[in-house]
Amino acid sequence: MTHLDGIVKPKTKRSKRFLESREPKLIEGLKNSMIIKGGNTSQTVSQALKDVYALKKPNAVLYKRKNMVRPFEDSTALEFFSKKTDCSLFLFGSHNKKRPNNLIFGRMFDFHVLDMFELGIEKFVSLRDVKKDKCAEGSKPLLVFAGELFETDREHQRLRNLLTDFFCGPRVPAVRLAGLEHVLHFTALEGKIYMRSYKVLLKKSGCRTPRIELEEMGPSFDFVMRRNHMASDDLYKTAHRQPRGVKPKKKKNISHDTFGTRFGRIHMQKQNLDKLQTRKMKGLKKRRGEQTAETPEAKTPRTDE
Amino acid sequence: MASCSIEDVLAKAEREEAEKLKGITVNKELDLEFDPGHLLAFDKNQIDNRDLKGIKREDFLRSLARDNTQLLINEIWKLPTERVEEVIVAKLPDPTTLLPRQKPAPKPKPPTKWEQFAKLKGIQKKKKTNLVWDEVHKEWRRRWGYKRAKDDTKEWLIEVPENADPNENQFAKRNKAKKERVAKNEYNRLKNVARAQKIKVPAMGLAPTPQQSKAELAQAVSVAKISTASVGKFQDSLPKEKKLKNTGKKRKFQPLIGDFSSEKQKQLDILKVMGSKKPRLDVTKAMNKQMREEDMESRQKNKKGFGKKGRRGNMSGKGKGKAGGKGKGPKGKGRKPPMKQGKR
Repeated sequence: MTHLDGIVKPKTKRSKRFLESREPKLIEGLKNSMIIKGGNTSQTVSQALKDVYALKKPNAVLYKRKNMVRPFEDSTALEFFSKKTDCSLFLFGSHNKKRPNNLIFGRMFDFHVLDMFELGIEKFVSLRDVKKDKCAEGSKPLLVFAGELFETDREHQRLRNLLTDFFCGPRVPAVRLAGLEHVLHFTALEGKIYMRSYKVLLKKSGCRTPRIELEEMGPSFDFVMRRNHMASDDLYKTAHRQPRGVKPKKKKNISHDTFGTRFGRIHMQKQNLDKLQTRKMKGLKKRRGEQTAETPEAKTPRTDE
Repeated sequence: MASCSIEDVLAKAEREEAEKLKGITVNKELDLEFDPGHLLAFDKNQIDNRDLKGIKREDFLRSLARDNTQLLINEIWKLPTERVEEVIVAKLPDPTTLLPRQKPAPKPKPPTKWEQFAKLKGIQKKKKTNLVWDEVHKEWRRRWGYKRAKDDTKEWLIEVPENADPNENQFAKRNKAKKERVAKNEYNRLKNVARAQKIKVPAMGLAPTPQQSKAELAQAVSVAKISTASVGKFQDSLPKEKKLKNTGKKRKFQPLIGDFSSEKQKQLDILKVMGSKKPRLDVTKAMNKQMREEDMESRQKNKKGFGKKGRRGNMSGKGKGKAGGKGKGPKGKGRKPPMKQGKR
């Protein structure tokens, strides 16, 4: 019923536009995220959720009320919320004795849970506690991941993919060079992830590229990896499947060199050089009467042609 | 005089270059992996555990971040730039990290009946103007909708055509025709939707219509009655309802321990049939089937004009004929109930 299936037609242009914006598209724009509080939340968790909401401001929905949901046991409530608000990323915060200060980062595919990672907050410095200048809302952050664990360990790889998905902003074709002012730095070591957020100051250096100075700005987290739920390989593959129209087809046998000249390749059959059709010189044409005398010599002038 | 030799000059130039680049060079063991499309950098270098413990953690993290960011910025500054409204903008390439989609890719919609026909005939869509000149009101009005150019409904005078009934209400006739056109359009649109989503639509006689004839209703009742798991065996019938000739009989099993001699006889008969070389052919049944098929063909040829009613009348007969003609059934095998109702 929610799709433009034709059986229930939208009555107004506005509702039609709304339904069209929720339809699956060939090239997807940005992903919205929802930030949900669990049954019991501590002060740290609530503040952490608010800070992440501030980082992701225009494309995030913050649910103010508490929801008694257990994502790892039953994710139907989360799926319902995501269908309602058309969000495919979620951040769920909760606190209990067994898992204090718990944050679950997750993403959805087709409104079903794809990946979920549970991270516990060990140390948290909020936006309010850092009394420095903040950068503008909605700017695309630079993302840096450090630590070989992000390369070697499968879970860390998936977590890196999830964090990229979560914090990278909208897909843009070009970016203003002076506007790169926010950097998020993730370091992985021994099952712990350190997330820091800095403001980038571009200083003059001798050449065109500026020298970078960093100033600690936003929230900083010390996470510890707890449970996770990773999607099976085939579901993960299905989620990556791109529709046919997206990739442009490469034209074969056409290449460009550095000057911009366009080259093409032609494939020929093997040519018999003896029977090659070349320019005919009338004077060298064989004549009937002189054939027998000339045949041994006839071959040499031919090769000269 | 050659106190400043060429080598000195070159060395000096190199030193100056190095000085310039000193601000932005960073030494790392392994090069970072960059994804400028997402403004992403990944540092694979090993991090010493001791640096992260203790008081100096923040400083270490900050210096690490500064180095990595410097390298990322160097990489971004290498991208081609252009000037857009007095702002220098770097063009980002396509991102290399593959992120999963949020919804599955949209499937291309199958063309509607008209679109198929238009493609076949080569008919192009003609772009129409938004406004049309209305002579009556002497102004430009929209082509359809509220306050349109040629509005039929606003006419207060309709000439009665020559061959029409003088007492007929022409206004009512016009309204009725419009309603029929709208209903037909809606019906065709729904058929297109059903075709696109591959939904099965009930057959001609079974879809609900406002006025249904006696035969249609009877057919609908009979179809509904046999659409149960036990093929209508336990359905109550109305007081005067005629019982169907082909009852929804599924299978009748002989009692387990009954007549031993008849059971023995049956088994021997089966073995005889299996052992015989000739195929078993029930001549009468085969002949009946052949005659019925010939009758049906001649009837269809004659009654082409009648169309649906004639065909539907033959339906049950054809079903019965098929069920009867499966002549290999030894006793106990039920017949197939007439289920072929699907012709439009």
